[in-house]
Amino acid sequence: MTRLRALFAKNQVERELDDELRFHLEKQIEVNVAAGMRPEEARTAALRSFGGVEQVKEECREAWGLRFIEILIQDVRYGLRMLAKNPGFTAVAVLTLALGIGANTAIFSVVNGVLLRPLPYPEPDRLVRIYERSAQFNVMSVAYPNFLDWERTNRSFAGLAAYRGESFNFTGTGQPEQIPGAVVAANFFSVLDVKPLLGRTFTSDEDRQGANPVAMVSEGLWKRRFGSSTAVLGKSLELDGQAYSIVGIVPRDCRLLDPAEAITPLWQWRRRMQLESREFHPGIQVVGRLKPGVSLAQAQADMDSVAHSLAQAYPKTNEGQGTAIVPLKNAIVGDVRAMLLLLQAAVGFVVLIVCANVANLFLARSVARRREVAVRVAVGASRARLIRQFLTESVIVGLAGGALGLLLASWGIPPLLAAVPGGLPRREAVGLDGSVLLFTLAVSLLTGILFGLAPAFESSRSDLQEALKEGGRSAVGGHRRTQSVFVVSEVALALVLLAGAGLMIRTVQRLWDVNPGLNPQHVLTMQVALSPTLPNDPSAIRIAWHQLLDRVRNIPGVESAAVTILVPLSGDDNEMSFWTSGQPPSSMAQMPVALGYITTPGYLRTMGIPLLRGRSFTEQDSESSLKVVMIDEVLATHFFPGQDPVGQQLQLAGFGPLEIIGVAGHVKHWGLDADDSAKIRDQLYFPFFQIPDQFMAQSKMGLRLVLRTGSNPISMVSAVSRQVMGLGRDQPVYNVGSMEQLIAGSLARRRFLRMLLVIFAGLALTLAAIGILGVISYSVSQRTHEIGIRMALGAERRDVLKLVLGRGLVLALSGVAIGLVAALGLTHFLASMLYGIRPADPLTLIGVVILLLGVALLASYIPARRATKVDPMVALRYE
Amino acid sequence: MAKPTDLLQGTLDLLILKTLALEPMHGWGIAQRLRQISNDVLQVQQGSLYPALHRLERQGLIAATWRASENNRRAKYYELTPAGRKRLESEASSWQKLSTAIAQVLESA
Repeated sequence: MTRLRALFAKNQVERELDDELRFHLEKQIEVNVAAGMRPEEARTAALRSFGGVEQVKEECREAWGLRFIEILIQDVRYGLRMLAKNPGFTAVAVLTLALGIGANTAIFSVVNGVLLRPLPYPEPDRLVRIYERSAQFNVMSVAYPNFLDWERTNRSFAGLAAYRGESFNFTGTGQPEQIPGAVVAANFFSVLDVKPLLGRTFTSDEDRQGANPVAMVSEGLWKRRFGSSTAVLGKSLELDGQAYSIVGIVPRDCRLLDPAEAITPLWQWRRRMQLESREFHPGIQVVGRLKPGVSLAQAQADMDSVAHSLAQAYPKTNEGQGTAIVPLKNAIVGDVRAMLLLLQAAVGFVVLIVCANVANLFLARSVARRREVAVRVAVGASRARLIRQFLTESVIVGLAGGALGLLLASWGIPPLLAAVPGGLPRREAVGLDGSVLLFTLAVSLLTGILFGLAPAFESSRSDLQEALKEGGRSAVGGHRRTQSVFVVSEVALALVLLAGAGLMIRTVQRLWDVNPGLNPQHVLTMQVALSPTLPNDPSAIRIAWHQLLDRVRNIPGVESAAVTILVPLSGDDNEMSFWTSGQPPSSMAQMPVALGYITTPGYLRTMGIPLLRGRSFTEQDSESSLKVVMIDEVLATHFFPGQDPVGQQLQLAGFGPLEIIGVAGHVKHWGLDADDSAKIRDQLYFPFFQIPDQFMAQSKMGLRLVLRTGSNPISMVSAVSRQVMGLGRDQPVYNVGSMEQLIAGSLARRRFLRMLLVIFAGLALTLAAIGILGVISYSVSQRTHEIGIRMALGAERRDVLKLVLGRGLVLALSGVAIGLVAALGLTHFLASMLYGIRPADPLTLIGVVILLLGVALLASYIPARRATKVDPMVALRYE
Repeated sequence: MAKPTDLLQGTLDLLILKTLALEPMHGWGIAQRLRQISNDVLQVQQGSLYPALHRLERQGLIAATWRASENNRRAKYYELTPAGRKRLESEASSWQKLSTAIAQVLESA
């Protein structure tokens, strides 16, 4: 009851407390007077034996329990008033914090969305992706007959489903466009446990050769092209010139098929032929749902034995092949995990620097509040009470910074996501959800306490006598030491971030300097398809490609053009098995594998790949002439060491014996950095017009067109597209880009990391500079008197300058020393992102140290100059 | 301003409860009684009594009423509640045990 009364009838309770204590004192005074004291004496004695009245009252109030909330409200009110009194100070503190917390929130929202949030399917932990594995490949797509055997013989999975990305020429309604699509097994949606938004999924009858063509469309396409109409079911969808009947809508949340917009059953796939051989691994992905209670290790053991029996049954194709089971989330997230954690750590450093900076601001201000503190101590405030008050203030500032930071993050996240190279996996899951808000709240509170703690302790350590004497210069040594510690930490943290940024800058620079083995300048690449109305006749298709090339070559500004199935650095690959002598090896596993570029004449010239020996393809290398092949220098040294390969034979599985006519330079197909360590580095070139007829029909669906232009290739895009689209205007052009863009894209992740680290390091450097500026300014203002005396005694301005700059330099050097040790310990986390330099690259570290010291000197120079302007007379009189 | 008491908080609580076990009393009376019966050994700053009283009141071990004092002035009187009486018994017996144990240790040493 007393507790409630304490809150609602505060005055009554306070009055009773007063009455009670007054009764005690008066009683004591009476007794003292009765004992013979004079009234005045009696009163003093009573008070002395009682103790501090105000303190006793305060302790009684605390005993009532409700004090905590009351004190909090009081502290918050008081804190807000103090902060409002110093709007400039408050704004700087809040803004600095907002930058730090905002950056943390933005990065955490990405980490949360990509790494932490579960996949949007029921029981997502049971979902896995299953790859095939061989000596050459840690993971590869699945040969469909193998998949069927897995499905039949495994004992670990509630369901397995195959699917593959595809691309359709979407015609019929309006403008023709190339849309991403997918082909899926009938049970695909039931394995994921995804219900269609509308209509139904595929039946097993539809996932069969000769079934009626049916399709599902994505929620996105349904909205974009069908206006979200429910009447879409049963309507016809024209893909690659074939009419499909729409049976259902795939909900947006089913991201596994992204970016597919049209989905058809696997067995209705136009390249179905590739599903029939164990030799092909035609990009089929397999997703599985583990039976309840089956662990990943158990499933892997089960699949190992399945793969083992397949290897025994089909040694020619399956020997040495196994499977790899990966949790679906890990498979989707891939290797961005390391990068994201790195960024989170870096941005954590930023917020630490921010804390140090704001702590220094508070420390500096606490000097101005020493009289206020002293007065509060005099009227009975305990030290704990003062610390609580100061912490309340800093937490208010922390929360305000957090709120503003949240706003900054919500603005910053979209451009951040847009800057992520090649599309971040699961970017759709990135946003300000509950966990992010909680994170921001926690960071705000923590930073509030972290930066508030030291100033609170410093400020509350008040010596009454000293502080009440106006203008005492003593008792600030502690402040200065604490401030220096903060600045040194800031410099050290900034150095670590600068080192990281410097290493990434140098890495990207090194990579730009790598010779890709081709000349990317003025090269345009795009994907093109032939008209779906063209008959599947091989010679008609050959003629169509010839005509397309002729049209393109006649465009003014186009110097040369070629068609190829594969472009270096595009992320695509095409493996071809070959052998160079006599009989083929007994199994696929033992057969050498090369990257196979199937190209038309003019490819080497267009790409600027040097021809080292022999000749390249000409128009005379046609389907009816001698079958020929070119190899690259790596294959030549591997298989024809010390010999001239030109004129020798090479056998290509399914293509027969070929004569080697030329040797080309090696191209860094797998990336400027990754190619050196890639498993498959042998490269060979086969004339497009000599490919067997059954492959020719497939080429209709799309090849890569490469062009060398006289000027900026991007300026040619519209002219080229017009010519490619053809008379029927049904030959779409897509994935257009210059070769330089492709190379830049292959560096994109590192450039992204470089960009963010440079931003964070820049922020850190600025904050550290502000920190140094603040501390040096403060020490100059504290030492005005001393400087005045020095100058009065004959010190030159130069001496004063040296004195002040020296102090800045000492701080910076201490920070640099600590930072260097930390950097040496931490930069190896960057190792996997570096190229051509070691994490402890001396040049980078030296550069960073020079930069940091330069900035530190600059930051100290401003107050140092002010110090030299001290007028000795004024400084002395001020005392 | 040093902390006014060297007494352990629990000890002060026990002494207050014991004092109130005889009769309801106001704060000043409790302070006098403590001083008298301990023969001035327990030098408590009188003020420090009040936070303890208010804490015990909140815990429901003692109850307070305002009534007229000896010389007819309004004073706040505290008395033991049943819960307080029970607490006093258990605290006193455990104190007894503890002090006997300590005494034995000191004698044997």
